[in-house]
Amino acid sequence: MNMNYTAEELAFRDEVRAFLDKKLPADIAAKVKGFRRLSKEDHQRWQKILSEQGWYATHWPEEYGGVKWTPVQKHIWDEESCRYGVPRSIPFGVNMVAPVIIKFGNEEQKQRYLPRILSGEDWWCQGYSEPGAGSDLASLKTRAVREGDHYIVNGQKTWTTLGQHANMIFCLVRTNTEVKAQEGISFLLIDMNTPGITVRPIITLDGEHEVNEVFFEDVKVPVENLVGEEDKGWTYAKYLLTYERTGLAGIGLSKAALQHLKELASRRLKNGKPLIEDTAFSQRIAKVEIDLMAAAISNLRIIASVEGGGVPGAESSMLKVRGTEIRQSINDLARRAIGPYAIPFVEEELDLDYDGDYLSDENAAPLAAQYFNNRKLSIFGGSNEIQKNIVSKMILGL
Amino acid sequence: MDFRLNEEQQMLQDTVARLVRGEYSFEKRLEFSESDLGFSEHFWKQLGELGLTAVPFPEELGGFGGTGVEVQSVMTELGRGLCIEPYLQSVVLGGGLISQAGNDQQKEQWLGGIASGETRAAVGLQEPQSFYDLNNVETRAEKSGDGYVLNGRKSVVIGGHCADVLVVSARIGGDTQDADGISLFLVRADAEGLERRTYPTIDGAKGCDLFLNNVTVGADALLGAEGKAAEVIEYQAGRAIAALCGEAVGVMEVACDLTLEYLKQRKQFGVPIGRFQVLQHRMVDMMSELEQARSMAILAASVADEPQSDERRRILAAAKNVIGRSGQFISEQGIQSHGGIGMTWEYNFAHYAKRLIMINHQLGDDDFHLERYATLLQAS
Ligand SMILES: Cc1cc2nc3c(=O)[nH]c(=O)nc-3n(C[C@H](O)[C@H](O)[C@H](O)COP(=O)(O)OP(=O)(O)OC[C@H]3O[C@@H](n4cnc5c(N)ncnc54)[C@H](O)[C@@H]3O)c2cc1C
Ligand SMILES: Cc1cc2nc3c(=O)[nH]c(=O)nc-3n(C[C@H](O)[C@H](O)[C@H](O)COP(=O)(O)OP(=O)(O)OC[C@H]3O[C@@H](n4cnc5c(N)ncnc54)[C@H](O)[C@@H]3O)c2cc1C
Repeated sequence: MNMNYTAEELAFRDEVRAFLDKKLPADIAAKVKGFRRLSKEDHQRWQKILSEQGWYATHWPEEYGGVKWTPVQKHIWDEESCRYGVPRSIPFGVNMVAPVIIKFGNEEQKQRYLPRILSGEDWWCQGYSEPGAGSDLASLKTRAVREGDHYIVNGQKTWTTLGQHANMIFCLVRTNTEVKAQEGISFLLIDMNTPGITVRPIITLDGEHEVNEVFFEDVKVPVENLVGEEDKGWTYAKYLLTYERTGLAGIGLSKAALQHLKELASRRLKNGKPLIEDTAFSQRIAKVEIDLMAAAISNLRIIASVEGGGVPGAESSMLKVRGTEIRQSINDLARRAIGPYAIPFVEEELDLDYDGDYLSDENAAPLAAQYFNNRKLSIFGGSNEIQKNIVSKMILGL
Repeated sequence: MDFRLNEEQQMLQDTVARLVRGEYSFEKRLEFSESDLGFSEHFWKQLGELGLTAVPFPEELGGFGGTGVEVQSVMTELGRGLCIEPYLQSVVLGGGLISQAGNDQQKEQWLGGIASGETRAAVGLQEPQSFYDLNNVETRAEKSGDGYVLNGRKSVVIGGHCADVLVVSARIGGDTQDADGISLFLVRADAEGLERRTYPTIDGAKGCDLFLNNVTVGADALLGAEGKAAEVIEYQAGRAIAALCGEAVGVMEVACDLTLEYLKQRKQFGVPIGRFQVLQHRMVDMMSELEQARSMAILAASVADEPQSDERRRILAAAKNVIGRSGQFISEQGIQSHGGIGMTWEYNFAHYAKRLIMINHQLGDDDFHLERYATLLQAS
């Protein structure tokens, strides 16, 4: 057993740090660290810098412009980028649809879409969920009927994250109603500017516009936008979900949030002393830090076990549950740390350019909203109940 | 022993329930919330006309002479409707402080209006550094002539943005955390040197921080004995906790009802999701949290207007601790049981969920009251 990084890994970490020191825009990092809103332009600006460095597509083979990092290198990147306040990359293009295209797409699709993902020309969103198909994804109803060299798509997707920014959506659609639910699904790439598509915002409880409903009314999609074979979409979808799940534990994000919490608790007062010196509160922080320590090692164990390649299996479901619970606990504590100031919702302070006086702590405004927003962590990407179902079935044989 | 409301109390609760049902649809609430006032002027007037703002006041003020139980009945229904009118701040706290500490002239001047709803009061008892400890007061009161000059800041004054009169605590002597040396003052909203920074709250109401810059008040603004307000504040905060527990129970009832209904109606994998045992057990846990909260609310109401004692203190701390924890459980598990829909603005459940979390940030969270209870435990 050896829990230390190798010399090469340490050198890589130095390289990452040097890059971030030099290239990460301070305004963007400040937004990320202060949990402020990021604009589409912020994401695109940072993506461009990453792409130029050749570090944007860490899951892709080199021939398509990816970088071949080992799982440990990816882990180092994740840790460092969270520590520095690197924006979370919007995963739908680079980490979701791209692996599917690379594995199941044809050459034309690879040539067309992959460079546009690298360059940031395309912004993708994920069209899986429907009003009637959440956990039971395979029951999806959005219909695609082939007519000549087109599919005609009718139906509705929902919860489409950042669909308002996207120009492309990858969709699971039903192409066959005669067979078992899982066997009649296809994977379609759809241009959001096609006539018949309407995007409507869904506002979440924190007042944020992050998710959308996407309606399809007689939308004509060229057949060449089908990935792989017709009716085989479920296989591709599941392949993608394993990719999605591995990132969902959010260990690096939890570490950054914990650091933020500790700084906050050092500034806030209770009984005239910093809150972090309060026995009860410091023990609450200690408990979550200990949980995170354990989860971080579990994460490394999974990473090490797939060092040879491939994607982790059902163990990542356990980690998703743990990881999201930990992040939610940190958000809970941050909200508690500002006491009565969790109640005001001073939206203008969410803007980093805000130059007025802060009502309380300069980082207080987003905390309650973020706590509410992150209730999503245990719902999306396969709810935590569904993850536990997977573990009990796949690992425990129950 | 009988835990049921008596006939009069039941009638009172039914009156509020009817009023809320008639006036407070979910859509209307959003409108009220977004208005400048931040709640419904019309609804507030009706609360006054029906005598509901007078409930805790004596009969000569048009009230019922109601105690904790009556106030809680009103608050429970306001909770069920997720009402955002400043009843707690004006009637329970503002009115309570003046009733307990005021001299005849002050009572005469203010209580009639508060009881009828024509005057709105709000209370500024917290400060940026106080973290729920109401004895932690830095705002200074200095004698000047036969009056006082007030300087300092009071934080998160719910309803303060539209109050006609503000009851604020300020220190006339002693150190920041001393119980001794705190006084209460009645400050008119238009007092020179008083600034309000108004904001919406995350659960749909409105409030403000008060900035007192050389606010000069007369001797008649002093409420109660100079430097001796800590006890009054503690006592009235206790009454407000009992009232807030009532509101919380109302909010939890609706949150549980909505969740249960959704479990029966939402289908996944060909069956209502309520068929999944993990959700069944969670729903049972939510109901059981609600029952714990209801019991503690009843207990809190029963001591709210009793003379102060360590027993009263313990019960109120315990009640607020339970309410905080149950509220958070029902809020979080309710959202989780709903899936994505539970987090959306358009669906009323999310607003109940938010209110439950924010109730925990009013008058001390579960951690604060656990510590308080533990301290009283040692003392007993
Ligand atoms: C903020 C946010 C962003 C999202 N972004 C996207 C996106 O970009 N693209 C996309 O396609 N989707 C997205 N989703 C959708 C997400 O994947 C679904 O919300 C999720 O799959 C759950 O589905 P549901 O919300 O319909 O809940 P439901 O499936 O209705 O679940 C309700 C409750 O029932 C439980 N449940 C369901 N089935 C079972 C079972 N068999 N056993 C035990 N419990 C069960 C669930 O765990 C949950 O507690 C997003 C969701 C949110 C909240
Ligand atoms: C100290 C003691 C004293 C007892 N005294 C008496 C007595 O005086 N008279 C008498 O007749 N019996 C008595 N019992 C027996 C007792 O009633 C049984 O133990 C009990 O009914 C559980 O049955 P079991 O032990 O066979 O466990 P099982 O029924 O096999 O249960 C095992 C586990 O599975 C769970 N489980 C079972 N079915 C479900 C389900 N549908 N959904 C979810 N979970 C489920 C259970 O909750 C438990 O966790 C006693 C038991 C103990 C331990």
